[in-house]
Amino acid sequence: MNINATLIGQTIAFAVFVWFCMKFIWPPIVGALNERKTQIADGLAAAEEGRRDKAKAEGDVAEMLNEAKDQAQEIIRRAERRETEMVEEAKANARTEGERILLAARGEIDKEMNLAREELRKDVAQLAVAGASQILSREVDSSAHSRLLDELAKEL
Amino acid sequence: MASGETLGSSTDYIKHHLQNLTFGQHSDGSWGFAHGAQEAKEMGFWAIHVDTMFWSVLLGVVFLCLFRRAAVRASAGVPGGFLNFVEMIIEFIDNNVRSSFSHKNDMVAPLALTLFVWILLMNTMDLVPVDWIPMLAQLMGIEYMKVVPTTDPNATTGMALGVFGLTLFYSIKIKGPLGFASELTMQPFQAKNPALKILFIPMNFFLEVVSLISKPISLSLRLFGNLFAGEMIFILIALLFSGGLVFAVAGGVLQWAWAVFHILIVLLQAFIFMTLTIVYLEMAHSDH
Repeated sequence: MNINATLIGQTIAFAVFVWFCMKFIWPPIVGALNERKTQIADGLAAAEEGRRDKAKAEGDVAEMLNEAKDQAQEIIRRAERRETEMVEEAKANARTEGERILLAARGEIDKEMNLAREELRKDVAQLAVAGASQILSREVDSSAHSRLLDELAKEL
Repeated sequence: MASGETLGSSTDYIKHHLQNLTFGQHSDGSWGFAHGAQEAKEMGFWAIHVDTMFWSVLLGVVFLCLFRRAAVRASAGVPGGFLNFVEMIIEFIDNNVRSSFSHKNDMVAPLALTLFVWILLMNTMDLVPVDWIPMLAQLMGIEYMKVVPTTDPNATTGMALGVFGLTLFYSIKIKGPLGFASELTMQPFQAKNPALKILFIPMNFFLEVVSLISKPISLSLRLFGNLFAGEMIFILIALLFSGGLVFAVAGGVLQWAWAVFHILIVLLQAFIFMTLTIVYLEMAHSDH
């Protein structure tokens, strides 16, 4: 138990060990620990962000669903309106077409009637002339009495 | 084992166990190992305890190799068994350093780690039954073998001196030579009166130097004293093994019980040495 040069030897050994530890042991291990710490922190942050994104996406989805529903409703409403419109239009078209056909038919009838009347008048005038000539038994100068006859025909 | 029953042989046994393997210059001028305490004493300062050096350096190298292997394999990935263990120790040291050392110094934490693990390993040698390695050494022709380096005051003082040197270095580096000098002379007694101030300087200096020097000495002797006492008790218990069956059984039980208790001391002393080192360096870094 004497104090001797072992003291110096121990101090040197101690210094060398501390130097080695400081140079080659502490930095890599602590570096790895710190790196792992940051990685874990990053992972947790990413998970948190993912969770937030998911919640946000769920909200978005609900919103989009609502929007789509609204749109569908809107489309259906518009279609219904269009349907009634089309029916009304068709009704209106049919009505005007009917009226037009009716009008044309009426015109035709009038024309036919006028024609028939004219024909009839002519026939009656001839018949009257023939009748008169037969009754009178004499030749009627058709040229001399044509004016008279025309007046007669007009009056019929 | 103690071979005889007489008091003399017991004394010899104890003395033998407390003698380091000393290499140095004999009184007749030749170099060699000391045969006995008297010769070792005569060798004076320039002798060396070969066993202390051997075991402490061996254990230091074991520590560095194990931790270096861990350091090479250390990555940010999932750590395996041994790496996990090393990381646990590193984190423990790191937390201790962080809690008591508030300045920026990359050396303090590795220093604390080295001290803690190295002292722990050296102390743990105390748990190896006291006769195993010395007997083995004797079979190999080595007369003396003290296997616990921390029961040699040279080893503990060597480390304490290293810490003391660092304390001085950082005191002067951080506070400047003048700052350090004023810390040694201007407190604890302070005065406004210049004459009184000058009068206080030697008193302050005396007190501060005593407290400064007491730090490495207490650091060294605390570790040495605890481990030496523990070793002594193991040796005394080992004496029981030669006292017949009853004593041998009692000795076995006692040795086991003391070893269990000693685990606490082994760990605690390593921890105290480390913590005090951190505290001393913290004091060296901060102004009063």
